[in-house]
Amino acid sequence: MISAENIEKSYGEVKALRGVSLEVKEGELFGLIGPDGAGKTSLIRILVTLLKPDKGSATVNQLDVVDDFRKLRKQIGYMPGRFSLYPDLSVEENMTFFATVFGTTIEENYHLVKDIYQQIEPFKERLAGRLSGGMKQKLALSCALIHAPKVLVLDEPTTGVDAVSRKEFWEMLKRLQKMGITILVSTPYMDEANLCDRVALIQDGNILTINTPERVTQNHESILWAVRSDNMYLCIRDLRKHPGVKTVFGFGEFLHITLRDNTISPTALEKYLKERCHTNIAINPIEPGIEDVFMDLMQKHDN
Amino acid sequence: MENENTVIRVRDLVKKFGQFVADDHLSFDVYKGEIFGFLGANGAGKTTAIRMLCGLLEPTSGELTVAGLDGFKQREAIKRRIGYMSQKFSLYEDLTVNENIRLFAGIYGIPTHIRKEKTEELLEKLELGSARKKLVRDLPLGWKQKLAFSLAIIHDPSIVFLDEPSGGVDPVTRRRFWDLIYEAAHEGITVFVTTHYMDEAEYCHRVAIMSAGKIVALDTPKALKKEWDATSMDGVFLKLARSNE
Amino acid sequence: MKQLRGFIRKEFHHIFRDSRTMLILFGIPIIQLLLFGYVITTEIKDARIAILDKSHDEVTREITHKLLSSGYFRLDAMLDNEGQIDNIFRQGNIKEVVVFEQNFGKKLERDGKADVQVITDASDPNTAQLLSNYTNAIVQDYLQKKFVNYKIPLEIKPQVRMLFNESLMGAFTYVPGTMALILILISAMMTSITIVREKEMGTMEILLVSPLKSHHIIIGKVAPYLILSILNALIIIGMGYLIFGVPVRGSFILLMFVVIVYILLALSLGILISTISDSQVKAMFVSVMILMLPTILLSGFIYPIDNMPVALQVFSNIMPARWFIEAVKAVMLKGVGTGYIWKQILIMTGMTILFLGISVKKFKLRLE
Repeated sequence: MISAENIEKSYGEVKALRGVSLEVKEGELFGLIGPDGAGKTSLIRILVTLLKPDKGSATVNQLDVVDDFRKLRKQIGYMPGRFSLYPDLSVEENMTFFATVFGTTIEENYHLVKDIYQQIEPFKERLAGRLSGGMKQKLALSCALIHAPKVLVLDEPTTGVDAVSRKEFWEMLKRLQKMGITILVSTPYMDEANLCDRVALIQDGNILTINTPERVTQNHESILWAVRSDNMYLCIRDLRKHPGVKTVFGFGEFLHITLRDNTISPTALEKYLKERCHTNIAINPIEPGIEDVFMDLMQKHDN
Repeated sequence: MENENTVIRVRDLVKKFGQFVADDHLSFDVYKGEIFGFLGANGAGKTTAIRMLCGLLEPTSGELTVAGLDGFKQREAIKRRIGYMSQKFSLYEDLTVNENIRLFAGIYGIPTHIRKEKTEELLEKLELGSARKKLVRDLPLGWKQKLAFSLAIIHDPSIVFLDEPSGGVDPVTRRRFWDLIYEAAHEGITVFVTTHYMDEAEYCHRVAIMSAGKIVALDTPKALKKEWDATSMDGVFLKLARSNE
Repeated sequence: MKQLRGFIRKEFHHIFRDSRTMLILFGIPIIQLLLFGYVITTEIKDARIAILDKSHDEVTREITHKLLSSGYFRLDAMLDNEGQIDNIFRQGNIKEVVVFEQNFGKKLERDGKADVQVITDASDPNTAQLLSNYTNAIVQDYLQKKFVNYKIPLEIKPQVRMLFNESLMGAFTYVPGTMALILILISAMMTSITIVREKEMGTMEILLVSPLKSHHIIIGKVAPYLILSILNALIIIGMGYLIFGVPVRGSFILLMFVVIVYILLALSLGILISTISDSQVKAMFVSVMILMLPTILLSGFIYPIDNMPVALQVFSNIMPARWFIEAVKAVMLKGVGTGYIWKQILIMTGMTILFLGISVKKFKLRLE
């Protein structure tokens, strides 16, 4: 459904994309995951015909994003990163406006947005600028869907939104996917990767890996250990001093560490920590998460 | 639980705007060297609470002591004893790294003779020596973040307030940033963090969760997760939010 | 077409819901005109004048009497010689000096022609203009009644001298000038701001991704301001007529045609500004710096073009308002027809086409 090949894009000196390729299949919920400045927005804007790539090519629904941009624009639903509705128009006026712009009416495609729009319909007289964050998002999504697009592209829809609204939002995306809409969504939250069918991890204009979330974590090479003790700060410092320890990163109440070619056993490490007056030490192997993989791939790429 | 290590003491703190109660009888203590997380959805009353703690807003009623100073009468003095860093970093983008350091050192009244020494120390710690003449706007996000944090504590405050400090940066940069926070806490600076990124909450020693102007939960992340039978703080937050509906 | 209508409806929502926009649209024109109205005194009562009568005959005495009994003037001093005129003006008490030449009555009867000199203090130009007009009218009125049966038409030639501000700006130029300023403010600044606001808010991204063509967006943005600007022009012309008595001597349709040509020119400038600005602040700054200030200073609105240094005179040729003011003055005050202002209309049309051409080229279908 979406296909990008070797896309490069620079803004003056800054390279935003350094040869990005990806395929999104029809009906898929595809996640583009990476931190701010990784190139997510640039890639998305190229795919929705808002930017021209410097090099490479891309098609959406077999239409070229540069040559066939007019045809393509009718088939894409796009929700930009910022709240992009008119705050001085009411909920209903926003909906009507976007419906008219796409040459349709609210009634015509009501079945598509019904689920979402019903939740904000009680406030349809209210100005969009006065809605809460979660409701604004629902309105923005309704507006992006009003012309029954085949592909829905969302740029960081969950950034800056509280956990409850985020969860609801992903549930809405899942339902849309069931209606047959192909969805490409970008996010800086690693934990949202598990909600996608497949993900691309992107950093510094490069795609680090593309796979299903399960495969991404399975492909992690080194064994990961979760360590904790009473004084985490000193624990980090002491672990970093140890020559057998490769990486140490804080992960909430634990530290995630990898060891250099398994030169040191966990028991030896525990002893090492004990000698440095750490108390309540626990060292256990754990399954890596997307974030562990991301950091690992990122550092490999840098080297 | 009260002792000489209490840096922030809040009892029945209320802030009203007209009829609207933004903060409804908040009570909690924050201790020296603690990393205290303050969570809640937008509009839960976090911002109002933080502004009172920073001396920017006078409370309506209750008791408030920050760094031994009264939150009603000594608000000016409080402002000098705390550090503050917001999401927007409060750095001057059109000044160089050096100029920013000099500026903040001046604002916080660091004596001139140790200013130079302090600058060098800071540049070395942040590994920013080579970038000292660069404009801040040309720095990568992660570096800005570290610089902003270091400048917020350049005057060795008792407490530093971090308002949603690390959204959107890559995981490695984020960890490096938290390393700095841990270090500051280890040196005895109390760190008060507001965020609505639940994963950030996991790094805190204790967290308070606000909802509709009230504190609905306050404990260590571990205890909260146990209490609410969740694997992550995200789960705790979701269950709390549901139970309040 | 339906898309366009929807777009225009949305624009009107934006305009009517923003009190600041409404204030700029309708408050400023009215306030500005009233401000000028306050400066322009239309009522003259008991203005203090001095008279230098070198003739002292029956005619001059009767004219003097007429002037003083009109209620408009009050005699401050009878002068003996011209040397006193300068002095008495400098004291600042009097507004006007009327000088009758020697043998005024005799000349009038013999040659049918006599000179009266009206000297006014033009540091307050509007009052000065009015005083000389009143004086003139009273003298003419006297002549008509007194010599009603006389064979040859008599003529008294008033020679008006405006002291301190020789190149007097008449009260009537304010209305065309205000109109030039207001229309460029509303049309150019407001359109550029409203287009740039969509860029700033991110809504432009969605509009671009939609099937809307760029001319839809531009027409949709501009049409409401075209309508509102025409409304504004009508308000200004109406107020000028009702409050300040500024007439429309020529064809009203021709006047409105000139107004619309100028509005379209201003709108095209607004679009052009919007294509080169990425923030509302910048659009505002550009509008004020390159439109408002030069319009006020260089269009002949406040400072007569003839008095400018040559370089600025040349520069004023590229000021849209200059051509507009010339054309409007010609139609409103002189009552001329199309034949006299085709040049101005042609220049404005040319400018519009040029600006639109550049805008269409620069208006991006993508973000960059």
